[in-house]
Amino acid sequence: MIEIRRILTHVEEIHHEFGPVAPVPLRRGAIAVVLTNPFAGRYEPDIVPMMEALNPLGADMAQQLRAAMDVPVERIESYGKGAIVGSGGEQEHGALWHVPGGYAMRELLGWKGDRAAYARGEAEAKTGQPGNALSIVPSTKKVGGPGTALDVPLTHINAAYVRSHFDAIEVRVPGAPAWDEVVFILAMTTGARVHNRVGGLKASEIAKWDGLR
Amino acid sequence: MPARIRKLIVQVDETRVEMNHAVEPPTRRALAMAVIDNPYAGRYVENLDELIAIGEELGGLLGQKCVQALGIAPADAQSYGKAAIVGEAGELEHAAAILHPKLGAPLRQAVAKGAALVPSAKKRGGLGTAIDVPLGHKDAAFVRSHFDAMEARVSDAPRANEIVVAVVVTDSGRPLPRIGGLQVHEIKGEDGLR
Repeated sequence: MIEIRRILTHVEEIHHEFGPVAPVPLRRGAIAVVLTNPFAGRYEPDIVPMMEALNPLGADMAQQLRAAMDVPVERIESYGKGAIVGSGGEQEHGALWHVPGGYAMRELLGWKGDRAAYARGEAEAKTGQPGNALSIVPSTKKVGGPGTALDVPLTHINAAYVRSHFDAIEVRVPGAPAWDEVVFILAMTTGARVHNRVGGLKASEIAKWDGLR
Repeated sequence: MPARIRKLIVQVDETRVEMNHAVEPPTRRALAMAVIDNPYAGRYVENLDELIAIGEELGGLLGQKCVQALGIAPADAQSYGKAAIVGEAGELEHAAAILHPKLGAPLRQAVAKGAALVPSAKKRGGLGTAIDVPLGHKDAAFVRSHFDAMEARVSDAPRANEIVVAVVVTDSGRPLPRIGGLQVHEIKGEDGLR
């Protein structure tokens, strides 16, 4: 069910954005995998088996992205994910990425929660700081033609309200997706916007460990 | 003055399946880009030495980034190309100053040899302008399987006073080459052509 046609990794280092040069440049990375869309060209009522089948791919992609970024797991501070479905598919095919994409990164970054509970649609109890990667992984998806750009949203891995880390990274695979392809994307960064200065909750002030604050 | 770099970007594009045919081994192309200040933005300057020196610096830096991203020995690089996008307050000659006089030598060092001309493209552009970096075999320009191009683009560059400089290095040709011409195993690699 899972056929990888192409893999594109993108890593950028931002030294400044016309303000003071960052002592340690911000690193942002994305990995986009182009898969054959097994449901292209028809309405398939039961697509959930593919969600399960995507789990190992998600884990591989998260590892590959971290390796391409060449930083230890401990330096990853924000993340996001997305999907671009070729014209023979539907938005719902992109939605298959929510669980396998998000949890792949969260597990890589030290999340200790219960993936099965989430898959069942249940909440989980939280006390203290239960591991890392507590925030929901923000996402976006669209149906588009070859070379379509997707702005993948990014938020802090432990508290979605951390204002310095709200960001987005544009991801685009020239030539993909073809009509019978889907592009699944993961993105991670090592920190806040390079000249962040609009206040709000700081990463150092995270206290509730509920994924939000 | 070394280049004032705002952003460095490295991409690796790996193709495993094309037209339902497995590509074995997969083709891999690495693109490295630097977004830099254009020291001559907004004025006509006769002598472009500063950009020529920046070209030399970036030829090494971007060439090495590509080879490193591919995880190969320099000698295993197969094709290459270069390009620049000049922001609105610059001129085409600024791209030429970066690309042509001195960028090649350190790039060739990064890919061990490089008898062939480094194919190039340049244009003026705004934020997100794409440029197709032409590719050719590094030791023999006539190798038909390695004629290719890789699209390079930075969503927030070049600003008017910036230049995007791109280098591509591959460890392969096109995914399923089958239109004949000079083959890799026939290369002499002396004159840069065959």
